[in-house]
Amino acid sequence: METAITLNHFLFVSGLLFAIGLAGVLVRRNLIIIFMCLELMLAAANLTLVAFSRFNLQDGQPDYEGHVLLFFIITVAAAEVAVGLAIIVALFRSKGTTDVTKVDTMKH
Amino acid sequence: MTFLFYIFAALALIGGIGVVVNRNPVSAAFAMIVSFLGLAALFIQLDAYLVGVLQILVYAGAIMVLFIFIIMLLDVQAEERRKLPLFSALGAGGVAVAFAALLLVILTRSEVGTASIPALEAIEGPGTSDVHRIGELLFSQYWFPIQVVGILLLVATIGVVVLSKKELK
Repeated sequence: METAITLNHFLFVSGLLFAIGLAGVLVRRNLIIIFMCLELMLAAANLTLVAFSRFNLQDGQPDYEGHVLLFFIITVAAAEVAVGLAIIVALFRSKGTTDVTKVDTMKH
Repeated sequence: MTFLFYIFAALALIGGIGVVVNRNPVSAAFAMIVSFLGLAALFIQLDAYLVGVLQILVYAGAIMVLFIFIIMLLDVQAEERRKLPLFSALGAGGVAVAFAALLLVILTRSEVGTASIPALEAIEGPGTSDVHRIGELLFSQYWFPIQVVGILLLVATIGVVVLSKKELK
């Protein structure tokens, strides 16, 4: 008999995905990839929300307030991506690169 | 349904690793889509149908198309092979591994998350789907946040137009 899937399973997958995204943000040099890893971390946090809402039953149904919160997170993430990519394009236009190691004017 | 969980969790995690290790940005973007599809399947396994579909439509659809569009517009080349600075690579890997290990310790010790998925009460009839419930909540209890989000999207749209202008005055 296999062990049943518990809340911990979902939380652990979510946490691992978050850690992978975090490592990506720290290791990669390409601004677009870093931004994608940020989105990955955001999506991993979403999984936690859905899992908690499913395991916290209200009248025999999932707690839909968690889903509403997720709806808002997805909307804000979409707005964030649009603005972030516009900033990356503007940066590329002025510097000609998306490599974060070459964008270090403020360091000197 | 246990094996489905492992398959889709593995899909999400392998996609995530693919994003981090792929040198080519387009491959990384496609790995990200795979990761989001696995994540959406996990949502659906948690009976969050609307959220699962939204994840595919908005994340795997709209957002990733935007990413790939920008990658191709800027003609981003694959990162050249370079020696990772040992210190920063160790630091980044260490932070991620420490985070995962801490999580494992906390989760194995806690009593909270050891329950298996509770069964839903079977209900039939109109107005019982999760789309209906979420819509009802959005337009009654959460009427104000949804207005704010609408304004946020408007501001983001205007901001993108301003940022994309050739010359700022």
